[in-house]
Amino acid sequence: MKKILKKSIIILTLLLFWQASYYIFQVANPLLPAPLDIFTSLVELLATKEFYFDIFASLGRVLVGFFLAASLGVPLGLWLGDKKEIGEYFLPLIEILRPIPPIAWIPVAILLFGLGNSAAYFVIFLGAFFPIFSNAYLGARSLPQIYKNVAATFEFSYWLYWREYVVKYALPFIFTGLKIGLGMAWICVIAAEMMGSQSGLGYFVQINRLYLKTERMFSGIITIGLIGYLLSACLDAITRKIIKVKN
Amino acid sequence: MLKARNLKFQYSDHDKIIFSDLNFTIQVGEIVALLGPSGSGKSTLAHLLAGYLLAQEGEIIFQGKKNSGPGRDRIIISQENDLFPFHTVIKHLNLVSSDQAKNQQWLKLVGLENYQDKYPHELSGGMKKRLSFARALAAESPFIIMDEPFSSLDQELKETLYQDLLKIVREKNITILLITHDQAEAEKLAGRVLYLDESGRIKDYQ
Repeated sequence: MKKILKKSIIILTLLLFWQASYYIFQVANPLLPAPLDIFTSLVELLATKEFYFDIFASLGRVLVGFFLAASLGVPLGLWLGDKKEIGEYFLPLIEILRPIPPIAWIPVAILLFGLGNSAAYFVIFLGAFFPIFSNAYLGARSLPQIYKNVAATFEFSYWLYWREYVVKYALPFIFTGLKIGLGMAWICVIAAEMMGSQSGLGYFVQINRLYLKTERMFSGIITIGLIGYLLSACLDAITRKIIKVKN
Repeated sequence: MLKARNLKFQYSDHDKIIFSDLNFTIQVGEIVALLGPSGSGKSTLAHLLAGYLLAQEGEIIFQGKKNSGPGRDRIIISQENDLFPFHTVIKHLNLVSSDQAKNQQWLKLVGLENYQDKYPHELSGGMKKRLSFARALAAESPFIIMDEPFSSLDQELKETLYQDLLKIVREKNITILLITHDQAEAEKLAGRVLYLDESGRIKDYQ
């Protein structure tokens, strides 16, 4: 209870000030609704099927894009991190592509795939891939030479060495990358839906902005934040379950 | 038999030649101690024999084969902790040998049978050394290079391990190169002493 209070005290105080300002200053700005109005709107929305449809549309896109990015980013990062001589051929390409904001790929995605899910998957994939790849690469590259010597001495097969040493050593790096990648995937899906989609939370926020339904717009924004937080918390729980040993 | 012929070694980032024209031979089943002051290149020589480093000149021939890299036939128990932090005690042995019953025996021999599920960070310095030794035994290597293996152990445990080591080495006909600072230890265990001086010359004492 004390822990929950500690975590929510700042949020509650801010909301309290925000709400209080409406009573004290009697400000009624339709563009910035009061927290209680947003909360009422959110409760109403949670009772509708359409809102869940948008939530699951966004979640589905994130999971597909994130899964694709993790499936390629983790093994490729580990392999290139371990095989430094091959990694050096690929690094310049990665380093040029990595700093490009994923949102900058949205026009390219729309041109290539049109206004469908494929464009969103593409943008989410790019957003999640680079942090996942970079962290896995760093993890494998950080494996101390002494363990490589041990594997060579005991003549482990490459697969055994890879599974037992490279992957296990890089696990904390991999999960850091997955966490950042998941956050990026969530940011990207919202951006992609705002620009080229007919469903999802990004679309929901955008359409309610156009109709000036600001309570609903803010409800959508808060839902985006809450789901992002929950996704991150889920990944943290999985990380804690898998990485039990402290180095 | 291990034969080192005309070995020359220098680290690429250092001017000093660690040794040049180094020659010695170790017979099968021998326990040879390598003594010498700090910085004389004892650990470098151990790493050359283990195949972690390659000499610029000369060659190391072990059992008729030229040494070109690390291998199961020459295992080093290093001064550095080379135990993997994410593997349990028993996993370290199971990775090198699938004979689980024998692995249990090796653990018992080094007094770690009650620590099988512990991770290296849960072991003391001495226990880690004993685990490295058990792993080398599990690999059934004919040649073990021991780089200061007993330095962090208490006297009582040392004495026990000395006896065990001698017993196993005689039983299995394992060749041992024991790198140590401790002259008494060298005399107790080794039949022969090689002394590597600061100028990189080796002297052979029976």
